[in-house]
Amino acid sequence: MSATSPTPSKPGRLNPGYGRWTPALFLAPAVLALLVIGIYPTIFALVTSFRRYNITRPRDGFPFIGIENYQKVLTDQTFWDTLGLTFRFFLTVMPVQILLGIVIALLLHKPGLGLLRSLARVSLVVPLATTYAVVGLIGRLVFNGNFGVANQMLGWFGLPPIDWLASSGGAFAAIAIMDIWQWTPFCALIFLAGLSMVPVEVEEAARLETSSKVALLRYVQLPYLLPGLTAVLILRSADVLKLFDMIFTMTRGGPGTATELISIYIQRVGFRVFDMGTASAQAILLLILTIMLSRLYIRVFYREIQ
Amino acid sequence: MSMRFGRLIHFVGLLLVLAFTLFPFYWMVTSSLKDQSDLLASPPVWLFTPTLDHYREIFEDPKIISSVMHSLIIATSTTLLAIVLGAPAAYALARFEFRGKSDLWFWFISNRMISPIVLALPVYLLAQTLGLLDTHLVLILIYLTFNLPIVVWICTDQFRSIPSELEQAARLDGASQFLIFWRIYLPLGVPGIAVSAIFSFIFSWNELLYALVLTRRAVQTAPVAATSFMSGYELPWGKIMATGSVIVLPVTIFALLVSRHMVRGLTMGATK
Repeated sequence: MSATSPTPSKPGRLNPGYGRWTPALFLAPAVLALLVIGIYPTIFALVTSFRRYNITRPRDGFPFIGIENYQKVLTDQTFWDTLGLTFRFFLTVMPVQILLGIVIALLLHKPGLGLLRSLARVSLVVPLATTYAVVGLIGRLVFNGNFGVANQMLGWFGLPPIDWLASSGGAFAAIAIMDIWQWTPFCALIFLAGLSMVPVEVEEAARLETSSKVALLRYVQLPYLLPGLTAVLILRSADVLKLFDMIFTMTRGGPGTATELISIYIQRVGFRVFDMGTASAQAILLLILTIMLSRLYIRVFYREIQ
Repeated sequence: MSMRFGRLIHFVGLLLVLAFTLFPFYWMVTSSLKDQSDLLASPPVWLFTPTLDHYREIFEDPKIISSVMHSLIIATSTTLLAIVLGAPAAYALARFEFRGKSDLWFWFISNRMISPIVLALPVYLLAQTLGLLDTHLVLILIYLTFNLPIVVWICTDQFRSIPSELEQAARLDGASQFLIFWRIYLPLGVPGIAVSAIFSFIFSWNELLYALVLTRRAVQTAPVAATSFMSGYELPWGKIMATGSVIVLPVTIFALLVSRHMVRGLTMGATK
């Protein structure tokens, strides 16, 4: 955490040496920019969400219809199914990413094998930097039913091929695997940072006390992993609500609606059905969900600054 | 004996980590070097005669060249703009005391958690009214919603680490606040500014949703171009993977430069 180091009380503390409006001058450009590009469109979306706003029928005008869009969204089974699917996706990828992340972090933390260890550590950056849209394109090739390498690998283990992208379960598994590939390194890096916070003396002493790796993990290292775990859970849940690029290039939400997570669904209603009123109502609901998440995030991590 | 066994497990484990992180990347690059018959071979081939045909094809395709140029223009401009706007704000947050400071800071940071689709809808409608659809400007501006938070976060941290004695001394010499920022904080803050610039560039370069929704033909970015081959009966996989490699390689190199800061950049400081 980067809490401000307490400023030593200097004579200049009472008279800070800058004018009352100086902070405002430095802040104004950034604040104005975010107001114009962030807040104004949000207000516009809020207004749109109370209108009938189908851009393929401009002749109808865009009349205010009160909360009709919200009623429609909240009683729309597909919307709830989509949210449920998003939640299921989160519950599918998260445990794998956490477990694999901890295992990788432990492997990278263990002393010895210096060169290979640094190579493996640096390689974690590769999935994180790969353009999300390209991850989806790679997934589409790897999980191809005819010439995909995924089925070839299943064959090595004597397993039958899977109709990955053409079946609901297969497509869901395929996007989950690509997400696990891309974001496990992120979890590993966070856990690795946690492990390196364990004071060296404490870890050495514990290694002398016990030869059990499990005990070491449970009683010495785990407490240092917990803050990272909370961070991972909150950030990844926000990510899953945002997840669009990879799924769009890999399955477009298909087959049917098997991989239609929330952002893909709203994009379809807004930009393929052009029902902007309904899509805006959905987006506002998603925004409320995100704000709740980020409040939680702030509560957990930035308490000490406040 | 068990020591040696432990070492073996460690060794194999690390090799598996390498295989896991690099395989899709490896598969993309090798696929871009296969000819069409090798690409469509079932089961897939691992050993083949590499060909540069697909790269030749994409480097002769004006559409791909111009999409890479558009991406470069947009990512560079939005990064510069984020720093010009964000660095002074970061300085204010790092060094001044004022009411509502922490709230303001949280507001900056929380912008990054918002799903792009929330803003994409209204921004599309607004840009349409203003005639900004399919321009560089609309993407440069909208990308600030995630670049400004990252610049503010990393630079605030960086500026705080600069000893305030320098500032006190400069003030005694009668330097104005702006001069202090310009002559002391900016030069000494270069490492933080560089890291946040690389992050901004990577995020902007990789972005698809806004680019897909807010632009058409005139300003097609590289990810959109790569996606646009995904139609038709037989997909040109070699061309797709070659384009993918061209898009991913530069950002991977950039990311390796900031790999030590990766966690910080991606978590907005939840851990250090």
